[in-house]
Amino acid sequence: MTDITINGAEVSLSGDDDMPLLWYLRDIKGMTGTKYGCGAGLCGACTVHVNGSAVRSCQTRIADMQDGDAVKTIEALADGDTLHALQQAWSDHDVPQCGYCQAGQLMQAASLLADNPNPSDEEIENAMWGNICRCGTYQRIKAAIRAVSNA
Amino acid sequence: MNAVPPTLNAAQVSRRAVVRGLGITGGLILSAPLVGCGQKTSDGLKGQTAETSAGDAKLDPSVYLQIDEEGTVHVFIHRVEMGQGSRTGLPMIIADELDADWDRVNFIQGNGDPKYGDQNTDGSTSIRKFYEPFRIAGATARAMLEEAAAQEWGVARSEVKLADHKVTNLVSGEAKDMGAFVAAAAKLPVPAPEILSFKTADERKYVGVGRKIIDMDGIITGTANFGQDVMLDGMLFAVAARPPVVGGTVKSYDKDAAMAVSGVVDVVELPANAEKPYLFKPLGGVAVLATNTWAAMKGRDALNIAFENGNSAAYDTTAFEQQLWDSVSAGGRVALKRGAGADGLEQSAKVFEADYFVPHLVHAPMEPPAATAAFAEDGTLDIYTHGQDPQTVQQTVAPYVGLEPKPDQIRVHSQLLGGAFGRKSKPDFAAEAAILAKVAGKPVKMVWTREDDVRHSYYHTIAAQRVRVGVDDMGMVNAWHHRAAYPSIGETFDAAATGPSDFELSLGLTDMPWQCEHLQVEACDAPSHVRIGWLRSVANIQQFFAVGSMVDEIAKAQNEDTYEYWMQLIGDDRVINPADDIAEGGVYPNYGESADRFPIETARLKAVLSQVKDMSQYGRTMPKGKGMGIAVHRSFVSYVACAVEVSVTDSGMPKVDKAWIAIDCGLAVNPDRVKAQMEGAVIFGISIAMHGKVTAEDGRIVESNYDRYPVARIDETPVTEVHIMDVDAPPGGVGEPGVPPVVAAIAQAVSQATGQRVRRLPIADMI
Repeated sequence: MTDITINGAEVSLSGDDDMPLLWYLRDIKGMTGTKYGCGAGLCGACTVHVNGSAVRSCQTRIADMQDGDAVKTIEALADGDTLHALQQAWSDHDVPQCGYCQAGQLMQAASLLADNPNPSDEEIENAMWGNICRCGTYQRIKAAIRAVSNA
Repeated sequence: MNAVPPTLNAAQVSRRAVVRGLGITGGLILSAPLVGCGQKTSDGLKGQTAETSAGDAKLDPSVYLQIDEEGTVHVFIHRVEMGQGSRTGLPMIIADELDADWDRVNFIQGNGDPKYGDQNTDGSTSIRKFYEPFRIAGATARAMLEEAAAQEWGVARSEVKLADHKVTNLVSGEAKDMGAFVAAAAKLPVPAPEILSFKTADERKYVGVGRKIIDMDGIITGTANFGQDVMLDGMLFAVAARPPVVGGTVKSYDKDAAMAVSGVVDVVELPANAEKPYLFKPLGGVAVLATNTWAAMKGRDALNIAFENGNSAAYDTTAFEQQLWDSVSAGGRVALKRGAGADGLEQSAKVFEADYFVPHLVHAPMEPPAATAAFAEDGTLDIYTHGQDPQTVQQTVAPYVGLEPKPDQIRVHSQLLGGAFGRKSKPDFAAEAAILAKVAGKPVKMVWTREDDVRHSYYHTIAAQRVRVGVDDMGMVNAWHHRAAYPSIGETFDAAATGPSDFELSLGLTDMPWQCEHLQVEACDAPSHVRIGWLRSVANIQQFFAVGSMVDEIAKAQNEDTYEYWMQLIGDDRVINPADDIAEGGVYPNYGESADRFPIETARLKAVLSQVKDMSQYGRTMPKGKGMGIAVHRSFVSYVACAVEVSVTDSGMPKVDKAWIAIDCGLAVNPDRVKAQMEGAVIFGISIAMHGKVTAEDGRIVESNYDRYPVARIDETPVTEVHIMDVDAPPGGVGEPGVPPVVAAIAQAVSQATGQRVRRLPIADMI
């Protein structure tokens, strides 16, 4: 039994040690904001934060979690009713098309800016490279991240 | 694309008929799920039912619109949302004609019901097919509310005006919320569309101006519900092992081993689909039902399943390509002939010839297919899914569960689509969910994995084309002879329908706008060995890749500027009707539109091309290792020109640095979404041109995930500039027409940058 927090709430992990955090979040906890895209760490749709770092929840098993780990998902990116600056920028730049990948994009971008508040274009591309958007919203993702980093 | 039945004219549907159609009695007015209000939060789409109190009057002059006495405007959105923006664009049309306050519009997903007309969200049709019914609905309601107000105030209709959600008495200055007149308006006869007045362009507030997408908040906060996200009490999760070769059947599997996996509840064999036509029927195989998706996946791994491979077990795309070339060499059915056709080449001073090849492609939307099915106690079915057409979901599911494809027997609750690109118009996955829910006696969510999606799709076809073009003494084209061989989408529905159909040829070949004397298009036979389906832009992908590349080849071979050559090939300002040259018994479908409403106008082709030349400064001298391309094409009744600039990177792989697009889609209802679709088309086009390739060996699809089927990532994103032409014409398609000219322009630019002519896709294979 591993005791962690998910969006601040205390959770005792149980069940199949091999289960990826992705499926624990979606199927066991019913938190479907974190998306399934590839199950192989190739697309970034399932990105969440563990102790502030962006991880692929499809590649993070329950067995990989440690006591005291803090998981944050898209559902808690906003501070109550106050959107995260990136969520606001996503809206201001009308980034989403279908929207399916955007939870992962936002979590990845939030992690980038937490580590590096003023990334270069190349640093943005490097950090966001693992997140696929099949609709092709990349130009606006870049613009939204730049808008927040320059703010 | 399915045939498009006539759309319901809003005014032909009386209020009474609408109420009857909904099966409404007493207080239950809205039978469709309620989606978020205004631009506030969207709690997703699952299946909430909105109820209003009995006795409240409603004004509903159309199946797409209902106004209540509180003045809330309920818009029934009968098309689904996959990122193209129709879920916002369609209500904008009604709200604008009604002059409603956007914050008082309630958005209701219109689920599968014949009363809505065609719901197949496909073929870039949502706005162009429903602009008229939606604006008629809004204008009708406005007229009826104004008439009711005029009667109450005892003034002429011309002395009242509905604006900003209020009706104003222009004589007294009194103003009331539109809701105050709903009860009286509902008793009035519905006026015929001919006597309605519509807003002029400068009176519009939303259409042509823009609104933020209605699902924005749900998307950025993770609360929007997609097909994969449906959760129901007591539900099971299913994953299936399907035959790796289409038409295959289950030979053996170890049920006990799967059942031994913790969390696995049942193992169920799915009905086989061994014979053509494969239709939208499930592929067969064995499903594992479990208490969560992960357990179902582990159970599937434990099945140790074996299959009989059926008739397509020898399919090998490398060998099949040779078969396509043999078919091209043999020639085929003449689908279009102008002048002397291919014989016109004998009158040419010089003939250029080139062969073009495009492999199978797969949609690979970010969200793999999923459906959740739950039977009610009375045996009727609720199905929550992201099918592109809820009516097709009903028809596909019905025969497997002993129900009729009617809305009172199969209630389809459309969720958001996490991308689709054509894949989710084939709801085999929904039938699987329904079959399993019936067996399990519990709600079941069928989850497709990414590998399932890539290996069991309805693939974009595999195509070989030979183009022979003759020029006269002046270097201008006098004859164009085009042969195309590829398996047809038609074969998915009719085993005898092999080779390119007239519908497919009309997407870039029989509609070639050249002013040349001789033209011939031939359909060369080719059988299918996988399920063939439509993918964003459909046959335009391979056909316009060939056409747009050939124009550049001929121009460059004669040291002509490609932009100038396009202009000369297109020729004088005129209207073209390919039907004039179609072979006897054939058709030119014009994307399901009449030639009167949506003619092919060469002036519009040239205008977007000229615009994009100005934007890109095409024709600049390019340094070594760089290149430009330029192409223009009409598809889905819109006109799009694209120019790109490409440079060869250190790895040898070319990269698109800049892209310019000009689109004439007639009236652009939500301009920012048009722009977004063009930006997306550039990325989708880069994926096709640079990377896209699905191959088969021993009948099995080789690729399975984004490692083997790479798509464009953020580092491949060009700086993209989009211009929307200001044109007074009905709205055309937007979701698909951007892709074809992007692919052709990239192929040209890469040819220039590398010095190696691109005649095969993907480009990654040639580096």
